[in-house]
Amino acid sequence: MSQDFRLDNVGMVNREKKISFKFNGKKYFGFEGDTIASALIANGVHLVGRSFKYHRPRGFFGVGVDEPYAILQLDRNNERDPNIRATEQEIFEGLEVKSVNCWPSVNFDIGAINNFLKMFFPAGFYYKTFMWPPSFWYKIYEPFIRMAAGFGEASIKHDKERYEHKYEYCDLLITGSGPSGLASAYAAAKNGARVILAEDKPRFGGSLLTSDVNIGNQTGVEWTEKIIAELKSMPNVTVKNRSQVFGYYDHNMLVMSERISDHLPKTQKYLPKQRLWYIRANEVLISSGSIERPLVFGNNDTPGVMLSSAAKEYMKVYGVLVGKKPLIFTNNDSGYETAIEFKKNGVNPIILDTRSNPSSDIITEAKNLNIEIRFSYVVVAAKGYKKVKSADIAKISDDKKELFNIENIECDCICVSGFWTPSIHLASQSGNKSKFNEKIDAFVPDKSKQKENTIGSANGIFTLEETIKDAFDKGFDVSNKITEKNNKVSVPTVVEKKSTDHDKFWCVPLPKGKSYKRFLDFQNDVAVSDIELALREGFRSIEHVKRYTTLGMATDQGKTSNLNGLQLVSDIENKVVPQVGHTTFRPPYTPVSIGAIVGREVGKHSKPTRKSPMHSWHEKNNAVFVDAGVWLRPRYYKQGNEGLFEASKREAKNVRQNVGVCDVTTLGKIDVKGPDAAEFLNRVYTNAWLKLPVGKARYGVMLREDGIVMDDGTTTRISENHYHMTTTTAQAANVLSHLEYYLQLVWPELNVNVVSTTEQWAGAAIAGPNSRKLLMKLFPNLDVSNEGLPFMGYKEADLFGVPTKIYRISFSGELAYEINVESDNGYFMWKKIMEVGQEFQIQPYGTEALSTLRIEMGHVAGSELDGRTIPYDASLEGLVSKKKDFIGKRSLNRSAFTSTDREKLVGVVPIDKTTSIPEGSYIVKDPKAKLPNPKLGHVSASCWSVEYDNPFSLAIIKDGKNMIGQKLFAMSPLKNKIIPVEIVSSHYVDPEGKRVRS
Amino acid sequence: MLYINCPHCGLRSQNEFAYGGDATVKRPELNKEISDQEWDNFVYLRKSPRGKHLELWHHISGCRQWIKVERDTSTHEIFKTYKANEAIE
Ligand SMILES: [Zn+2]
Repeated sequence: MSQDFRLDNVGMVNREKKISFKFNGKKYFGFEGDTIASALIANGVHLVGRSFKYHRPRGFFGVGVDEPYAILQLDRNNERDPNIRATEQEIFEGLEVKSVNCWPSVNFDIGAINNFLKMFFPAGFYYKTFMWPPSFWYKIYEPFIRMAAGFGEASIKHDKERYEHKYEYCDLLITGSGPSGLASAYAAAKNGARVILAEDKPRFGGSLLTSDVNIGNQTGVEWTEKIIAELKSMPNVTVKNRSQVFGYYDHNMLVMSERISDHLPKTQKYLPKQRLWYIRANEVLISSGSIERPLVFGNNDTPGVMLSSAAKEYMKVYGVLVGKKPLIFTNNDSGYETAIEFKKNGVNPIILDTRSNPSSDIITEAKNLNIEIRFSYVVVAAKGYKKVKSADIAKISDDKKELFNIENIECDCICVSGFWTPSIHLASQSGNKSKFNEKIDAFVPDKSKQKENTIGSANGIFTLEETIKDAFDKGFDVSNKITEKNNKVSVPTVVEKKSTDHDKFWCVPLPKGKSYKRFLDFQNDVAVSDIELALREGFRSIEHVKRYTTLGMATDQGKTSNLNGLQLVSDIENKVVPQVGHTTFRPPYTPVSIGAIVGREVGKHSKPTRKSPMHSWHEKNNAVFVDAGVWLRPRYYKQGNEGLFEASKREAKNVRQNVGVCDVTTLGKIDVKGPDAAEFLNRVYTNAWLKLPVGKARYGVMLREDGIVMDDGTTTRISENHYHMTTTTAQAANVLSHLEYYLQLVWPELNVNVVSTTEQWAGAAIAGPNSRKLLMKLFPNLDVSNEGLPFMGYKEADLFGVPTKIYRISFSGELAYEINVESDNGYFMWKKIMEVGQEFQIQPYGTEALSTLRIEMGHVAGSELDGRTIPYDASLEGLVSKKKDFIGKRSLNRSAFTSTDREKLVGVVPIDKTTSIPEGSYIVKDPKAKLPNPKLGHVSASCWSVEYDNPFSLAIIKDGKNMIGQKLFAMSPLKNKIIPVEIVSSHYVDPEGKRVRS
Repeated sequence: MLYINCPHCGLRSQNEFAYGGDATVKRPELNKEISDQEWDNFVYLRKSPRGKHLELWHHISGCRQWIKVERDTSTHEIFKTYKANEAIE
């Protein structure tokens, strides 16, 4: 298809490079530098989608970030982007896009029936229609809404593209490269400030690209190119295009998304698709410009109705005509610039101006060009369904209430201009309370909240001369504050056409007997009648009206609709706009892809994986791993066809009968050093620590101030002022912070230092009746007899030349030792243990067997110390000193904690000795009792006892100490199980603790 | 994201810190007889003022020092930061 609407020799696209692309499966051509929108319009295509609620045909309305209609789904290099704006996405060879929100096709859309049922879709229709019955929600209402509301279809595949994050600091961040952005950047950079200038579009210059002005004897485009070239050559300046500053956060932190590869067929090697910049700026100049406001009239959403500034930009930047019979409908001088541009390109426009008798340079120029102008004229309604074919126009009375002489004239597009709305989003996000400027009928930023200033048309300054002068001044002032330099550059002379006042009129009344839809929010299909209805129904606050009607709640955040909505509410309510106030602006200013927000933190990069130095050995020996916090630990070592149950049973049994070895590197380790270390531990732990001799370990429990158990572990006195503390794997980081808190803030007088040594040591627990024999072979020169190295003893030794620390501690309840070597020697240690242990039938055991062993013994772990238990509950009350004070002690006297029938740790055995009890089951007296069945407690951990070959569980139940011997029931509604059980002691195996001391 | 001036390290981003709650709470001395009420006040009761508030932050990904930060809870403005044992003005 030929580009019938492309002008010759006009615009900035590269005519040398023709690019083919597909839209809804059909092939089209454009040029390098085109957006999807400009290329489609060049081909005469205006129908690109269907609206959200009524499925009315949608075309193009704008030319940039404000676009409410042309949201398409892009497939690029096997990845999918569900919601891209056709007005921003540049075309590349092979690009494929399709319309969204229409089925089966954009030309024949079944949902359009909603348009004929529109009396059933009034304001708040979601709230009114989809209320009852509740059971209808997820079966009927939700799928319907989802199907109807579907924008693009998100891909369910892993996104293989790369996204990066970058942290940057600068003196001055400038958000937009229009005249004010360029001028202030230039002034500040010349004065030595470190400047970042960010431009959302591919081309720099903003309004200078399309306005007919002269700066320092150059055209706007020439001046832009000169300034940008000079800025780029300066080492203190970063200039970025395709970069949108979308969020202004606390303490002058701004976030910008840079689209690095979106305009290319494929992301280049070593480059990301997008980069998210976190910029901490000393000062910010907001130069984000302004967005043209629509005028509101009947069927003003018909494809072919668009902003007049957009029509001008399509001509001047892309060399594309949006129509060949244009109607310009304006309440200010901006529409004339568009009309003049049409005329210069050989097209005859008609201007309808709502004003009765305005005069200015531009109007005179239009008259001199013989452009047809009708004053006091309005568009009543656009005609045509999929594209504007004609318009009903009328003369309007001076009070703007009556329409006369309604006639129909032919046209193929209607370019509207309802004056300009400053983009105050960033200023507002920074906390700046805006103020209403009556002269321009719009909000502008008020006093600076953070270190931000707004310049140019974003601040409501609409003449170029004033903009340039103000921006040069601000650029200098801000940089002077930071650099304290005084290099002031001279302000160039500006020549522009003077314009006159705009008309405050913006909404055309309905002619008698007509009920045209007049849209305010084009993306969410909110019409004038919806707002009127919401107000009749009693909604007053603008925030409520917004949520009830969904005005301004679509992905364009109401860039084109907000102010007209406010105007309407204030007109009906007989208030002025500032009394109505505006809704809150929140980041992001424009949609940001989730990939950019996530950055590189995907998959394994989202959280680090920690592996012990013995990891590769475990891998080679068929270990099946489990996540333990950030660590990967062997859960069991698979032999043959074994599953978890068989393997862990075999491993645990081998510990009880021979000897096993378990990788315990992951345990938290903290060095506690200093002359007051003993006193400190005495305050941290519940038991006594002052008399622990050098070379001995002790088991300790620490509480939070509220009396709840925080963690447990053994701590060993290595030398006079040096202790080696161990914590559980999960609590290691919290315990360190806890210790630092007390040392730095509560007891600074204690001379103690703590530091994490978790990663410095590799650990192996050797457990089982054969462990001493194994130790004798590993350390032939060491006395490892029960006298030489007794239970809770500590020795240093040599393991084939490697310095080793041996702690005789046991979690399994067997005779056991924990051996630590420096991490680098971990693999060597493990190999030696396995090698030498061969003759004693050594087997490695994983966390599952470890659990079995500790559960049988009634040793508590994380499932019992779950943040709800005090020492008594976990049967640790024997470790609570009555004599000394410690962290959390005072809480243990609270009445709830001293009541005699508190929950307490017990053992649970199924009566049939075969049915395993699911963890989390309730213990109840009568399983048939009326629901909710009063529960006595819950099962915290379950295993298959290898000692007795039957299931065994730990439970924490009410009045546990008096329940031993009782026959109760374990109930798991989740697993639909009721199991008769007997309550026994939690010390199921070796209750006297003989083995650990043997 | 807040920009916190660690008295040991200088200006650092909030994501290097962990929040540590009200810095004006004082732990009762060890071995001192106190009422249930006093102890409950220490363990559980916290003011949640709108406006100036002295709070603890822990520079966990930096120097690992606990610091005190005087911050406005509604505007996030930070007025001053102190070392753990510095006198509060
Ligand atoms: Zn620090």
